[in-house]
Amino acid sequence: MADVAIVGAGQSVFSRDCGVSIRELAFDAFKEALEGLDITTSDIDASIICSAPEYDKQRSPAGLISEYLELTPKPSFYVETVCSSSSTGLRVAWSLVKSGLHKVVAVIGFQKMSELSSRDAAERMGRGADIIWESPFGLTMPAGYAMYARAHMDKYGTTEEHLAKVRVKNSHYGATNPKANYRKELSLEDILNSDMITTPLKKFDCCANADGASCVIVARGDVAKGITNIPIWVVGLVAATDTMTMAGRKQLTGLQCAQEAAKQAYKMAGVKPQDIDVAEVHDCFTVSEILAYEDLGFAKPGEGAGLIEDKETYVDGKIPVNVDGGLLSKGHPIGATGGSQIRTIVRQLRGQATESQVKGAEIGLVHNIGGIGQYGNVTILRR
Amino acid sequence: MGFENFGTVSFTTEAKAAEFITYLEQGKVMATRCPKCGVSYFPPKADCPSCLSGEVEWFEVKGKGKLATYTIVNYGPSGFENDAPYILALGEFEGGIQIMSRLSKDIAPSDIKAGMSLVVSSLKRPDGRISYEFKKG
Repeated sequence: MADVAIVGAGQSVFSRDCGVSIRELAFDAFKEALEGLDITTSDIDASIICSAPEYDKQRSPAGLISEYLELTPKPSFYVETVCSSSSTGLRVAWSLVKSGLHKVVAVIGFQKMSELSSRDAAERMGRGADIIWESPFGLTMPAGYAMYARAHMDKYGTTEEHLAKVRVKNSHYGATNPKANYRKELSLEDILNSDMITTPLKKFDCCANADGASCVIVARGDVAKGITNIPIWVVGLVAATDTMTMAGRKQLTGLQCAQEAAKQAYKMAGVKPQDIDVAEVHDCFTVSEILAYEDLGFAKPGEGAGLIEDKETYVDGKIPVNVDGGLLSKGHPIGATGGSQIRTIVRQLRGQATESQVKGAEIGLVHNIGGIGQYGNVTILRR
Repeated sequence: MGFENFGTVSFTTEAKAAEFITYLEQGKVMATRCPKCGVSYFPPKADCPSCLSGEVEWFEVKGKGKLATYTIVNYGPSGFENDAPYILALGEFEGGIQIMSRLSKDIAPSDIKAGMSLVVSSLKRPDGRISYEFKKG
């Protein structure tokens, strides 16, 4: 049995413009994570604060947040892998607990993207590419994924309608998620008729910038059992990378960092793709979810579109994916996203996902990607 | 001279690999190769992490490549608003070299096809900045 568990997971409401400060956002997530646990703030031995610094006004936010949550004088520090920062935080927390250095560690992710205009946020994202060689051409996150989408369409016959069907599903589940920013159901026509952002991705193929925070509390196994009745065990936890440049990519129809992380995570957990009961994947764009189906082995390469076409990723399907609405509905407050995905799987495995519970879910998976496929993280959790 | 005049917006200037810009001013798009272990690099590297050599040689990317993928960007970030729409593309060239750049405005969107033949060529922009782009090969 794995000896590191998640004992609590929470998030703030994700919104376009939260109207509060980052410390207060972090508090909302922290409060929900601690709900029902038999510990207090003083039992937390260390905190790891996760965000993408290019969006932050506050320098060194770890100090600020640990003060506000009264986590001083315990150690606190900052980690970053853009959109997967809080998965990286979880990985570091796991290591701190596994090594015996700490018993209980809090991973807090946040982002307040409303501090910037949409174009300025896009410029910051563009600088998440190689600033000497590729950002000067105007490479953006949606443009990078759009190039993957085009390659996938050309090679496998995936269509814009397939992509739109991912959003139809995710908007369906997002509509009942009280933490989601976007809670309207969208029709296929709504999505196909929305403004073209970067071909073939339209407005509703893209997730929205958002404000939000997440918090995951990790504990040593023996301690975890004293804190909660339902510890969720971390059984697979793998990170991998691909090149920063698009020029360096060897494959344009899938993310190799995700393929590598998935392969190793299944091995670490001793499970296969077909053993996964419920998954959260990084649907920053509709195409990203289809790539994830294939990269995670839920579908063979080129057959991801078939899964959404056959509704196999709905709650009643073969492998339910993003049944909390995904990033497409929740919004994507960069540093908070991984923790929010973890929270959804923890609730599913505890049988507490009231809006869209997958019956009897025992093994769950989180796929969280940083940048345009630079950082791949796959985490497997078990009840 | 560094990268200060490169592309639509340059975010940094200094690099050992800035020799690239000197060649680009002469109309050449260059890659680097390590003479010790033979590995070639695009984007160019001034160092070879494969064998830890700090000596690399420059060579011109010549010949025809193929369009691997592309996207027509309608929404430009800050600093790129006046460029949109622009077409980003990846081109595959000989020797395993892959390049990301823009497609020339001479290529009509309706003519773009995966696998189409491309050449990479230097570009002097009307605003005086320099870059490189893909043209029909």
